[in-house]
Amino acid sequence: MVEIDWYLALSAILFTIGALGVLIRRNAVVVLMCIELMLNAVNISLVSFASYHGDITGQILVFFSLSVAAAEAVVGLAIIIAIFRNNLSVDITRINLLRW
Amino acid sequence: MATYAFVLLAVLAIATALGIVLNKNTVNSVLLLVLNLLSVAGLYLLLQAQFLAIIQVVIYAGAIMVLFLFVIMLLNVDDEESLFDKFRIRYLLAFLLVVVVFGQILYSLGGVAEMLPEISPEMAQVGTVEAVSEVMYTNYLIPFEMTAILLTAAVVGALLIAQFKIKKDEEDE
Repeated sequence: MVEIDWYLALSAILFTIGALGVLIRRNAVVVLMCIELMLNAVNISLVSFASYHGDITGQILVFFSLSVAAAEAVVGLAIIIAIFRNNLSVDITRINLLRW
Repeated sequence: MATYAFVLLAVLAIATALGIVLNKNTVNSVLLLVLNLLSVAGLYLLLQAQFLAIIQVVIYAGAIMVLFLFVIMLLNVDDEESLFDKFRIRYLLAFLLVVVVFGQILYSLGGVAEMLPEISPEMAQVGTVEAVSEVMYTNYLIPFEMTAILLTAAVVGALLIAQFKIKKDEEDE
């Protein structure tokens, strides 16, 4: 069996790539996708901890995090559609109404 | 055997993740994300979480990604201009911040492997549908029901936000 360190390192790398995407991309849909990527990275570490503890409870937490991710994606995409209707753009640098 | 499968899936996951961030075309990004989620499902199989692997393929790679594709089709988004031509300071700051985050994660995960208990192969629980449902429908029944409320609230909220004629209704009143 692969050591748990490798799973945790993979999870850290995927989380970091997702954070980089959130910071440098300007398309709101891609930013949402990078957030999904980060959620998945955390799920990998949760499942690996559950598996290496021999305890199934961690997998149930992953199930709940998955349903929260689904809800988040639905609401986020609805917000993006609403912004696109008013603004005709999904470029997050142009959505600056609340910026001082 | 498991090591080879892990290396293959991990390389695939990292490569597709980089592809999502660096690709200019949004549709390509979504398709790469589907590939990424499928490789993560393979990793769940390696970790003996069959139920989660199936759920990952059906809900994430199936339902959520189709939703993303539909929204992109609806919005008709143009390709972004080249990623690295301007705002160089912004990218540099983002990169530095990400390096700090990566260091923090590695630091906090550093000594965690020694804290794990020794488990024999008989103790290891396989995440089949039966094993997961047995715990979920007894100890975690109320959180499970709360998930249903959460999803209903999300669907109603999304319908309300994305509805077409909200402004007109306000004017009528």
